Amino acid sequence: MSDFIQPNLLPALPEMVMLAMTCLVLVVDLFLPQEKRGFTLLLSVLTLLLTLAAVMFVAPVDSVSSFGDSFVLDQLAVTLKIAVCIITILVFIYSRDYLIDHDIYKGEYYVLGLFATLGMLIMISAHSFLMIYLGLELLSLSLYAMIAFNRKSLMASESAMKYFVLGAMASGLLLYGISIFYGITGTININELSTLVSAQADKNPVALAFALTFIVVGLSFKLGAVPFHMWLPDVYQGSPTSVTLFIGTAPKIAGFAMAIRLLVDGLSDLQVDWSQMFIVLAVASMAIGNIIAIAQTNFKRMLAYSTISHVGFILLGILAGTANGYASAMFYTITYAITSSVSFGVLLLLNRRGFEAENINDLSGLNHTHPWYAALVAIAMFSMAGVPPTVGFYAKLSVLQAVVQVDLVWLAVAAVLFSVIGLFYYLRVVKVMYFDEVVEDQVTSIKPALDVKILLSVNGLSLIGLGIFPSLLMAYCIRAFA
Amino acid sequence: MIETIVFYIFAFSTVVTATAVVTVRNPVHAALFLVLTFFTSAVIWMTLEAEFLAISLVLVYVGAVMVLFLFVVMMLDINIARLREGFVKYLPLGIAFAFIMLLLMLNVVTSDIFSNEAMLEPAAKAADYSNTKALGSVLYTEYVFAFEIAAVILLVAIVAAISLTMRKRTHTKFQNPSEQIRVRKADRLRIVKMPAEGE
Repeated sequence: MSDFIQPNLLPALPEMVMLAMTCLVLVVDLFLPQEKRGFTLLLSVLTLLLTLAAVMFVAPVDSVSSFGDSFVLDQLAVTLKIAVCIITILVFIYSRDYLIDHDIYKGEYYVLGLFATLGMLIMISAHSFLMIYLGLELLSLSLYAMIAFNRKSLMASESAMKYFVLGAMASGLLLYGISIFYGITGTININELSTLVSAQADKNPVALAFALTFIVVGLSFKLGAVPFHMWLPDVYQGSPTSVTLFIGTAPKIAGFAMAIRLLVDGLSDLQVDWSQMFIVLAVASMAIGNIIAIAQTNFKRMLAYSTISHVGFILLGILAGTANGYASAMFYTITYAITSSVSFGVLLLLNRRGFEAENINDLSGLNHTHPWYAALVAIAMFSMAGVPPTVGFYAKLSVLQAVVQVDLVWLAVAAVLFSVIGLFYYLRVVKVMYFDEVVEDQVTSIKPALDVKILLSVNGLSLIGLGIFPSLLMAYCIRAFA
Repeated sequence: MIETIVFYIFAFSTVVTATAVVTVRNPVHAALFLVLTFFTSAVIWMTLEAEFLAISLVLVYVGAVMVLFLFVVMMLDINIARLREGFVKYLPLGIAFAFIMLLLMLNVVTSDIFSNEAMLEPAAKAADYSNTKALGSVLYTEYVFAFEIAAVILLVAIVAAISLTMRKRTHTKFQNPSEQIRVRKADRLRIVKMPAEGE
């Protein structure tokens, strides 16, 4: 019997800080009267800032692993964790007024949000099947509850139920794939898996491909790639807009991390197999996402289909299978999360008590009433469509050049074609805001708090800033895969 | 030899009871069959020398979870006829998919990788080997992080369940004895000065 060996706890400092602070928020919130709920928000933002500081404090030069190699802190993890924390701060602050107006301004909202963020941090650093699964479940469970948070809304309950059932099924598929890999290799550790798989790759291609299929299916469910995208539009539309904002931003980054940890770190020897699956998924996602989005009148639903098409682009970067491709996909994921936080952030502002702004028509004539917010939405739409000088252009360009580099020119051509189709519905939003008349009985006077105003403006302008100076972020993405 | 006999008896009954869980009509019987399934699988785990897991399966699942489950089944009036709606309609499609899946799985499972040659029988541990001790020594070292996260997931479940179901009833009438005792005359009685009504 071996002696008690204490693992190196320091690399997990951000997670520990976050967990301790979240429990503090949970308890403190219990004793606050409703009118002092702002303190919970303050404490939650403080939690995220402290976590951010802890991430920077423990950021290693090389990669560090702990807990029997099941936890890894490398350049990739540090960059993604910082991105997740910053975006969650934005989400929390943007959603405040919406929550107050819809009578769901409760501490549990922030507590569940923080737990979801903790799950994302764990997924980003996970280096064994067990940790990936636990992080994923922590994230998903919190999200299910957040979607159903507005108990008065029947639609929210319906979409939470849909998400729960399909999410549980996806987790089941993922677990099944994991169990077959465990059967073949006898390990759940990603590092050991990658060496054992390369030893088995020639002997047992069928069994490995079988297990891989389940992993890819589970992953695509979570990312929302076609044909496993059915839950996404319903969940985006049904959830309270503040939760849609959350689902549409930070978890995408965690999903990307999960794909990298599973497929690139663990199963790089099966790259030929999974990149072929990804080609099918990516083309289908870009086609279905962009074409069906044209028919949508609901803004949230339109953005859901747009998400599906962007997932296709992220898969393109990953399937290139080069360090350049992974870095481009990472850049794409982070900038997509930033972009969609702007568009949902403005949509949240348009909501007021008793009025749920979610149709594209609700934006009509926004330029006449609030030119600055119309401009922010326009920037976000241009960025999603990939129009220079916004960051979306550079993100698409870098993914495409990574795909061309591995001689998949036809894929790049297809991606560009579908992006052109996508341009239509992004520009329609701009047209509605700038050239349509104001609907008289729907004139909303937006009076956001100062912090929301500043953060939203900075967030929107960062899309142009990063578009002109992409290397600010790209340098970190390249270093993560160097 | 005796181990093989024990394995076959309990493996067979696991399969039979598991089938019964999904085929019997009475939900209470189904739950009881599930208890039996857990019990027989616990015995199989025991033959694999995983005595701690076997005991905890019996204690946690048979002892606690299934009792709760039985309570729920008995309390809810489940309409079985409605649950079976559309069963025949979707049966051919279901069978077709199940059959394809079965073929694919057989193809993999019967391949060399899971053959007896590839999967050697592990050596039996000595009689004084403690499975519980071995679990304990890694649970709080190598797996401490995963262990803590599992606890956090349970905490999230509690927070989510309470925040989704707890509602303050505003229309219930109740007495607050301490307020009743501390009541003063000024709280209840208001003396209003009025001019006297003249003729």
